[in-house]
Amino acid sequence: MSDEKPDLVDVQIDGEWHQFPKGTRMIEACREAGVEVPHYCYHPKLSSPGNCRMCLVEMGMPPRPRPGDDPPEPDEDGHLPISWMPRPVIACANTVAPNMGIKTDGELTETCREGVMELLLANHPLDCPICDQAGECTLQEFSVEHGKGESNFREQKVKKPKNVDVGPRVRLDDERCIMCSRCIRFTDEIADDPVLGFTDRGSHTTLAVYPGKELANNYSLNTVDICPVGALTSNDFRFQMRVWFMKEVNTIDVNCATGANITVYQREGQIYRITPRQNNDVNSDWMPDSHRLNFHWIHGDDRLTDPLVKDGDSHRIATWQEALATTADKLAGIEGSEMAVIASARMTNEELLMVNRLVKHLDAGHVDTVPRDGESDDYLISADHNPNTNGVKLLLGLDKPGSQLDAIKKGINEGRIKALLCLQENLVEDGGFDAETLGKLDFFLTSYPLANPTADASDVVLPGACWAEKTGTMVNVTGRLQRLNRVVDGPGQTLEPWEIVRDLIQATGGGNGIYSALDIFKQLTEEVSKFADLTWGKIGDLGVPLIETGETIPLIEREKERIAQGIIVG
Amino acid sequence: MALEVPPELEKEIDERITHYPVSKRSAVLPVLHALQHHFRFINEESVEWAAAKLELEPIKVLEVVSFYPGIRQKAPGKYHIRVCRTLSCAMAGSYELMDSICEKAGIDRSGVTHHDPIALSEDGKFSIEFAECLASCGTGPVCLVEDDFHEAVTDVDALLSQYK
Repeated sequence: MSDEKPDLVDVQIDGEWHQFPKGTRMIEACREAGVEVPHYCYHPKLSSPGNCRMCLVEMGMPPRPRPGDDPPEPDEDGHLPISWMPRPVIACANTVAPNMGIKTDGELTETCREGVMELLLANHPLDCPICDQAGECTLQEFSVEHGKGESNFREQKVKKPKNVDVGPRVRLDDERCIMCSRCIRFTDEIADDPVLGFTDRGSHTTLAVYPGKELANNYSLNTVDICPVGALTSNDFRFQMRVWFMKEVNTIDVNCATGANITVYQREGQIYRITPRQNNDVNSDWMPDSHRLNFHWIHGDDRLTDPLVKDGDSHRIATWQEALATTADKLAGIEGSEMAVIASARMTNEELLMVNRLVKHLDAGHVDTVPRDGESDDYLISADHNPNTNGVKLLLGLDKPGSQLDAIKKGINEGRIKALLCLQENLVEDGGFDAETLGKLDFFLTSYPLANPTADASDVVLPGACWAEKTGTMVNVTGRLQRLNRVVDGPGQTLEPWEIVRDLIQATGGGNGIYSALDIFKQLTEEVSKFADLTWGKIGDLGVPLIETGETIPLIEREKERIAQGIIVG
Repeated sequence: MALEVPPELEKEIDERITHYPVSKRSAVLPVLHALQHHFRFINEESVEWAAAKLELEPIKVLEVVSFYPGIRQKAPGKYHIRVCRTLSCAMAGSYELMDSICEKAGIDRSGVTHHDPIALSEDGKFSIEFAECLASCGTGPVCLVEDDFHEAVTDVDALLSQYK
């Protein structure tokens, strides 16, 4: 034992000595040492009941001499010999101790794993060909890796409820369930909605919701993520796509200012599902169902696919060149002080920097964004339903986004504002504008992903990419800078909003020289002091703190407390 | 429909709960026993009443109810019979005893399953189920009728005639 580091203990894992802080779970110590211990019930964000027995390992401690015998001699490195216990221990709920030995590759451990696998599979329906979990199922993986490929079980399998609607978004197959209880613990400990439980405990143990109740809370789909097998499946994703056909892209959620880290799964330009991605400073391992499922509109029929130019009472399809030329023509006769730009707090920092340049280039008299103030759910959804309000404050210099909107409306109604450029916003449905007001403008341009009443009222409509079709950075509610990555291509002639703003600047006589969102990011780091010294790589998949906002995320704060209390590993 | 618990029973239950100061959840079983003693079985209303009493979600009470065969989820007859079927009694003829009681009391056990172990006579007077060891292995076959213990039961007519 080294005296200088009293909080570290020496542990031998598969023959090699490592040091870990006191209190480290054996399973985490193994993980850090690069040794995977298979497990089902253990989850670092939940309490550890130790019920699946898959993480059994061989454990040893220095021998305790009988009274009168000499104590064991340390070797030249100061390590005592290890006397191995005849029985295995679970690695998930036990912590490391000084001079402990862990063997994950011995015969005892292997036999244990084989035995646990055989018992787990005894009543399992083995219906992988029709199971959504196939391809990302730990029962499959560990069966290959640690199972023995045959069973002594010759009897009838136990029949249990199948295709059970446990909630509006989650479906249960009890025969596939291995009783790890992760979902029960999640609903108890994280979602505070303890509706799940095991009934008929014994050989008929059945995961169930209380008759008449349902698993309906807004975090229910997280149980599908943490289910290590195919027992809980998502109604939305069920039977839609085999997981191995999909490509994964790491990006962030844009439904609120939390900016939950997510993985988006797509195949051939079609998004099939979204799952939360671990980030202990933002969303832990979780995300709300309402945000997770809010992507089907991306492939909807009301997407704008081409630039449109007003022609009489309706619009006709135009080329980008024509739409931009029309815009430049119309704006040419209007003074900067008679122009307003309404951008969006759903835009990336890169897009907002370009908007800032557009405003300066046009010398526009008014600029604002549309606020989306709502309720925080006291878990992960922030009160601000815009993903990048902090970016707006930083890059457009707006202290209170939304405070100019009334002045802009008034200006239009009084004829002082003659041109309005609405970038990636829905003024009629979200911004409190009406078609009558917008009709008084000499020129009104909208860029947006969807057809809507705002686009209807516009002279020029530009198809702007949605969040899944663009690249950039955003600043979340806590002031964390995070990367948004392009998952799929936008439909038709859609352009990313930064391209649209660049082209608008260029069409109205401004400069060029920007060919990618990363070019703009580089300029951000050069022009905006807060972004100094940052690179795309430094932000990484987990983001970096950029500014202090004093805001916190309730669920994350509660998880930190539980880590401090030693209830969870974190 | 809410369960109507008489005040004296509720008082007794409240007293039992005080035995578990750390976690009310620990009092689930004593509360269920008290309720079953009074109502003779635990139905959905009892589960929900116990859950509300102990500030739990009903599923946490149902977990316990559905685990213990000793807690009945179905109304028994006027006299509830439990026939031991553990090894000694089984060898001494508990299955024959069961058949005999069923025949004489008019009980049809064909609908009995793992999840629904109690069968009721047509007139509702008797109900019956198998029980595990009743701790009298030397005098099998044995059975319990309500709380009365009967050893080495051979004369079923005499047994049933004691219960009017």
